[in-house]
Amino acid sequence: MNRFAELLDRLAYEPGRNNKLRLIADYLRTTPDPERGWALAALTGALSFKYAKGGMIRALIAERTDEVLFALSYDYVGDLSETVALMWPAPIPPLQGEGGREAAGWGPEVSGKQTPPGGLRPPPSLTDIVETLSTLGKAQLPGQIARWLDGLDETGRWALLKLLTGALRIGVSARLAKTAAASLGGKPPDEVEVMWPGLTPPYVQLFAWLEGKGDKPASNDPAPFHPPMLAHAIGEPELAVLDAADFVAEWKWDGIRVQAVAGEDDHGHLVTRLYSRTGEDISRSFPDLIEALRRSAAIDGELLIRRDSRIQSFNVLQQRLNRKAVTPKLLAEFPAHLRAYDLLADGGHDLRGHPFIERRKRLEHFVARLNDPRVDLSPLVPFASWPELIAARADPGAAGAGDDAPAVEGVMLKRRDSLYVPGRPTGPWWKWKRDPMTIDAVLMYAQRGHGKRSSFYSDYTFGVWKSVDGEDRLVPVGKAYFGFTDDELKEIDRFVRRHTVERFGPVREVTHDADTGLVLEVAFEGLQRSTRHRSGVAMRFPRVSRLRWDKPPREADRIETLEKMLAQAEHGRAPAAPLLARASNPALA
Amino acid sequence: MRPEDVLVPTPSGVCCKAGGFHIDPTRPVDRALITHGHSDHARAGHGLVVATQETLDIMRLRYGDNFAGRTQAVRYGETLTIDDVTVSFHPAGHVLGSAQIKVERKGLRVVASGDYKDRPDPTCAPFELVSCDVFITEATFGLPVFRHHDAEGEVDKLLHSVALFPERAHLVGAYSLGKAQRVMAMLRGRGYDRPIHIHGALETITRYYQERGVALGDIELVRGAKKSELAGTITIAPPSAIGDLWSRRFPDPVAAFASGWMRVRARARQRGISLPLVISDHADWDGLTTTIAATGCSEVWVTHGQEDALVHWSRARGLKAQPLDIVGYGDENEHDEIAPEPGGA
Repeated sequence: MNRFAELLDRLAYEPGRNNKLRLIADYLRTTPDPERGWALAALTGALSFKYAKGGMIRALIAERTDEVLFALSYDYVGDLSETVALMWPAPIPPLQGEGGREAAGWGPEVSGKQTPPGGLRPPPSLTDIVETLSTLGKAQLPGQIARWLDGLDETGRWALLKLLTGALRIGVSARLAKTAAASLGGKPPDEVEVMWPGLTPPYVQLFAWLEGKGDKPASNDPAPFHPPMLAHAIGEPELAVLDAADFVAEWKWDGIRVQAVAGEDDHGHLVTRLYSRTGEDISRSFPDLIEALRRSAAIDGELLIRRDSRIQSFNVLQQRLNRKAVTPKLLAEFPAHLRAYDLLADGGHDLRGHPFIERRKRLEHFVARLNDPRVDLSPLVPFASWPELIAARADPGAAGAGDDAPAVEGVMLKRRDSLYVPGRPTGPWWKWKRDPMTIDAVLMYAQRGHGKRSSFYSDYTFGVWKSVDGEDRLVPVGKAYFGFTDDELKEIDRFVRRHTVERFGPVREVTHDADTGLVLEVAFEGLQRSTRHRSGVAMRFPRVSRLRWDKPPREADRIETLEKMLAQAEHGRAPAAPLLARASNPALA
Repeated sequence: MRPEDVLVPTPSGVCCKAGGFHIDPTRPVDRALITHGHSDHARAGHGLVVATQETLDIMRLRYGDNFAGRTQAVRYGETLTIDDVTVSFHPAGHVLGSAQIKVERKGLRVVASGDYKDRPDPTCAPFELVSCDVFITEATFGLPVFRHHDAEGEVDKLLHSVALFPERAHLVGAYSLGKAQRVMAMLRGRGYDRPIHIHGALETITRYYQERGVALGDIELVRGAKKSELAGTITIAPPSAIGDLWSRRFPDPVAAFASGWMRVRARARQRGISLPLVISDHADWDGLTTTIAATGCSEVWVTHGQEDALVHWSRARGLKAQPLDIVGYGDENEHDEIAPEPGGA
């Protein structure tokens, strides 16, 4: 457990994805079975560890420490598990050599600590902990936790308490942990992802296969994940080299790419699962969709919210995604919908080796037979030439998307003859996103980045003008930390260092008045109302698209510009709302 | 005889009126007894400075030849007498030359510990327990959450990281007097025999440690090294240099920091550290409490750090205890800012 704790500790501090991968892979490579398997289970969330509540931990520490000292310590550290991990009165290992406690003539007993009978306890392994918890009664839990804590060091105790309270939060996704495991055998992560639902901790067979000591674990999963096919981005100038006749177009929906898979198990029961793009099983969050999938198939499509026969914007979908508990009220308010655009398997037949046009026909047929309002077809966008498609992209509402237009974020181009190839092959599929929204904002604060950027001011808070008590002031509206080139980063960093007006720890406030300051063109994908931001709006995916050294801050945008954009996002076609309001006003009628 | 007849606390340090001297005064005085060379305890401008030879040398290196009117070197265990006051210096185990100062008058013994630690340190004399009636203790890490008992384990953590990321440079923040050299010596103790790189701000003190016979192995200035040459190396630098422009010369540096503060996660995160190393030159909570108990003192004065918890602990054990309000101690850590390295940013 101490080694696993060291890994968690290091992961919690390490910002870089590749470095996290290396750390996890190193641990998995050098840790024996079944310990590493339980660790992988903990990292992928396959272990449900919510055994201890804060109250129990508090009671344990209260029995062992002075109340005043605990209060002072908790106040200083600010986190219960961490405070308890650090304060826990574990026996101090005797020190060797000169200058130690022994040399000075006294030992740990002077401190009045309770040394457990029989001296130091051996630290429990993660395997011990998992196995014991599976059989332990509730009444025995506090005593058992205390014994484990006695045997662990500070980091070990911290990790144990975080595991037991279900609050790991070390910035590692299940996908990342699986990718690290796959790297042990030089396998593509998708290969592990596909077999994952058929595996159970501690994954002894998986590791044996990855290390070349055993056969590939056989998957008899009736509803497996299929690694998805992804598209490269394209722009208008590049269209010229492509022949419009080779392609079909679909709307690119602003939802979540999912895969809905259903298949029969050995007993003839239908097993249905919904996977995220990375293969995580998200079925439990969408029971309303799961029950709609009553036929054996694998559908590639977009998860959206459909209300009043209209596809809702991403803002609405996000409100459902943000809730943890799936309540009947949530299901009624935010009904999940699957807009299907590809069929990877039909009744047990793998279709991925067939051309798109053929799969599309099968899909149309399948959706018609399923006949469920929660699943429909993503329509094709008719076009005969590139100019026609350019026009459709510019106005999806008029080109067939109708009331669903606010949920369209561009078009997809797919070659008629494209096979379904996992990964991101170049050529068969293209995504052409709508142009992002942009504003000109003023840099207000800058913060140092992490990892490679730790010596650069690379996280920027920017603001726009707002009239406050009759005076124009800049109010912060968002934060961006990418979008710029390495050279631009150096330029901004230099600006920040030369124009610092105040420092708050790692944050610097920079000059931002009407005449002096740095104007950033910020691009973003959407806007929504937010109570967490002082300005009342939150941007989706904001990034610095251009440095406007040429523009004085006074010419940056005002908050009203954002409010107008927000109104457009909320009402679809913006001009409709005010016109309607005026017409219904009796004074004007 | 009251403790105040031996030593009186004042806002600028403790003062012995009968002997006419101050200990670690924070303003210039006629006669100063200095426990160790850190800048919050050892200041320039006193008339006479009495300290160990190492502390005097360190003050000279940091402040120049005219740091005091006169100096007097004293050996550990040697007794000085001023009227009816006797004074002796005893190893504090904090940094090279660090001492606790025992002041005795008419049978009442007061020990001013300065900063101390009761853990092994290959770069300085081990802490000596001195029996006394009144113990003046520091409290930098005076909360029971601070425990630093496994410095070797922390050095191993660093070495494991170096082995795991051979293409990256490891930058270890360490206070320039004491901690930096201790980390070097401990790396040697764990078998690391490649050159250790240092920031220019550490050069003078590090060379002095080597002159005094502290074995640190091959130490090289990082200045002038090419970026690619620094892959897989360990560089020790003042903490403030870790997130500084200076760090850009290293390939994808791993930011480490060797300090007792690294025990608390929020402190490490605030500094943007990705490899915190809990290595401290101050006594931790267990060290403070075991030391207080072992001195046999009946009264404790707590000078700087987390006084409340230690005063509470002492009183709960039937000792008289009070916090001393001395302004300016404990700042070495925060003010260990670097002068720009000569010959480049």
